[in-house]
Amino acid sequence: MADNKNEPTQVGDTGHVWDGIRELDNPCPRWWLNALYLSGVIVVVYFILYPSLPLVHDSTKGLLGWTQIGEYKEDLAKVQAKRAPFEDKLAKMSVDEILADKEMLNYAIGSSKVLYGDNCAACHGAGGAPAEGAGYPNLTDDDWLYGGTVDEIQMSIAKGRQGLMPAHEKLLKPEEVDQLVKFVIDSSNGVKNEAGHALFTAKGCFACHGADAKGIKEMGSANLTDKIWRFSGEESEIRKTILHGVNDANDKQTRVAVMPQWSQKLAVMLEAKAYAIADGEDPNEIDWSDELDGTEAERLSETDIKKLTVYVHQFGGGQ
Amino acid sequence: MSEVKNNPNIDIDDVYKDVSEWRINTGDIKVVAKRLPGGFRTLKWLGMSIWSLLFLGPYIRYNGSQAILFDLPQRQFNLFHVTIYPQDIWMLSLTLLFFAILLAAVTSVAGRVFCGYFCFQTVWTDIFTLIEGKIEGDTPQKAMKFEKAPWTFDKLSRKILKHTLWLLIGLFTGISFVAWFTDAYQLWDNMFSFQVSLTAIIIIASFTGGTYLFAGFMREQVCFWLCPYARLQGVMYDQDTVLPSYDAERGEPRAKLKKGDDFSKRGSCVDCNVCVAVCPTGIDIRKGQQEGCITCGLCIDACDSIMDKVKQPRGLIRYASFKELHHNAPRIPLYKRFRVIIYGLILLMALGGIVYGFTHLSATEFKVVHERQPLYILLSDGSIQNKYTVKLLNKTKKPIKIHFEIEGLEGATLHELTDMTVEPGKVVPVTALVRVPADKLTDDLIPIVFKGTIDNSTSTISYKSMFMSPEK
Repeated sequence: MADNKNEPTQVGDTGHVWDGIRELDNPCPRWWLNALYLSGVIVVVYFILYPSLPLVHDSTKGLLGWTQIGEYKEDLAKVQAKRAPFEDKLAKMSVDEILADKEMLNYAIGSSKVLYGDNCAACHGAGGAPAEGAGYPNLTDDDWLYGGTVDEIQMSIAKGRQGLMPAHEKLLKPEEVDQLVKFVIDSSNGVKNEAGHALFTAKGCFACHGADAKGIKEMGSANLTDKIWRFSGEESEIRKTILHGVNDANDKQTRVAVMPQWSQKLAVMLEAKAYAIADGEDPNEIDWSDELDGTEAERLSETDIKKLTVYVHQFGGGQ
Repeated sequence: MSEVKNNPNIDIDDVYKDVSEWRINTGDIKVVAKRLPGGFRTLKWLGMSIWSLLFLGPYIRYNGSQAILFDLPQRQFNLFHVTIYPQDIWMLSLTLLFFAILLAAVTSVAGRVFCGYFCFQTVWTDIFTLIEGKIEGDTPQKAMKFEKAPWTFDKLSRKILKHTLWLLIGLFTGISFVAWFTDAYQLWDNMFSFQVSLTAIIIIASFTGGTYLFAGFMREQVCFWLCPYARLQGVMYDQDTVLPSYDAERGEPRAKLKKGDDFSKRGSCVDCNVCVAVCPTGIDIRKGQQEGCITCGLCIDACDSIMDKVKQPRGLIRYASFKELHHNAPRIPLYKRFRVIIYGLILLMALGGIVYGFTHLSATEFKVVHERQPLYILLSDGSIQNKYTVKLLNKTKKPIKIHFEIEGLEGATLHELTDMTVEPGKVVPVTALVRVPADKLTDDLIPIVFKGTIDNSTSTISYKSMFMSPEK
């Protein structure tokens, strides 16, 4: 053996012997020791380069000036830089144009998932369908209280929605309520109920729900003739809606159904544009200083609402 | 243990004595192996020559592009006219399985064949030592003399020449490796215009450095202490595995040859030590099978040449199994060895799978994913709608147009998705809506089939999915 330093017969021992086996006193391998010393050096270098020693109010900053939040912000800036061309393009497009452009549509849907999850999913459910019996509108079906075109959806998000149905507890006799409940259920099942329809007309229900009971989207009133229920199709629940109404401030048991306003500014702008078109004027020539006074609240930006409009439209019910 | 304790007469140092006889190669003495011609040397050259494919393969062209290209950025593997996408990854698993089992099978038959004739560590080391031998002397004596000689211009220039050649081989190894992953001609172009990507530079640099270090300096020490496959293969031997072995019964007692020696009264081994001198890992095969033996057979060549000289039959060192040597048992034919049969079956299965995969590569990868939330939607006319995401990957090199239909459920209509065009290599997720009138729904879970007809061809693709509706 060329190298005898590890030779068991020639190495000293620690003096410990168990069962005749001596504990040899070999040195640690050189590479191992070097690695240990190197790791010590690395620690010192790390302390100099990075924030490390806690002080009373702060810590040492380190020569590199690295911080966790700084790294996060850098990464965020990178993501935003990647998204910027799409976001800029999106800002200049109308919702219809986005729906027609496959690439932008994919981007809008992909980037709206988080937006929808943060702002909408709490009520409307992750996939646009709220939990059963929760009493929130389903965004995936083809029944829309305020209309299911992209313009109408955008308006609903921007302006918010709050329907009103007065409580009828004091206005109707119990047997009239019974008859109306039956009429509503029959309508949904496609069964003719002449007497019920007569009462529906006599009591003025048609004013909001329409003479054919199919609802009027300008008022956001429910269509009573289809299979979809705004709240519930249970008899007792229908009775509750008729007796206590929706958003009736004078009835403590009333149903509360409020869609918050997400951008007052956009709502004002959309309305002004709609009026301008209705009056035969060019919506591009509206003098916004007349319409907006700068105090309009904006919970979501115009681009975000556009994206959400696209996102809600593609749930499957968009018209 | 208690035996030792109870018997104070046993000197513990005796226990170590056996071991201290054993010389362990820790790299403290440089192995300068003598080079002798012979059958196994030729075999080694043949095995080594396979590696020229590494250097030449990337330059084969097919239809204007690289014939074999692992295109990582594009997530595809081009093999002549075939393009393999990550979706076909199972074929890669089978290929890896095939080679892993092949290693096991070959090892169980004839030992570390991979180590001895093909392993890149063996091959590159052999080339490096060949160069070193030519420049600095090809026997331990010459090499030692050169090492101890004073630093003259001749010594310096020889050293520089050696290291330059080593580094050049390392560099070419790195470049050739990278050339499998990017267009080889473009790579050379980029290198001469200094536009190689940082990734390529790092890989080439690590290959150059790795080759230089491992084949130039670490050499057989890699096989001894670093390589896990060496250990893995070492434990795959059994008593029927044929290995280069020294026939001790015939060889011992060994002695130097003297005039008038009668070989019937002594062992055949003339103790010439040529078998040790030619060993690239520096072991003595006469001490028996050991971890340092890469079964390259060079000692067999060497011993045979000596046996020829002393007019003795060849094969004092030969490929033989443990049973042949120690039990005088005849060699068992391969088809009677259980593990060879099992390995063979696995090899056949893996090979069959790979052949099946290559002959059944489809032009598309088609998937339909049912929306999870909500599972179904009630529409105002009472019908039920399900939403699906259709994903279609075009694996051909041309755009394809597909017309979709729904089969398997009467009354089901397809919306949003009827025709679509997919660009080559692209996968586009598209929404599909399926509507079914309430009276057609017999169950809350009905299987349906998405069928796509590829334009201008009779080929169709289909995917089985489910239509869900509320429980009745």
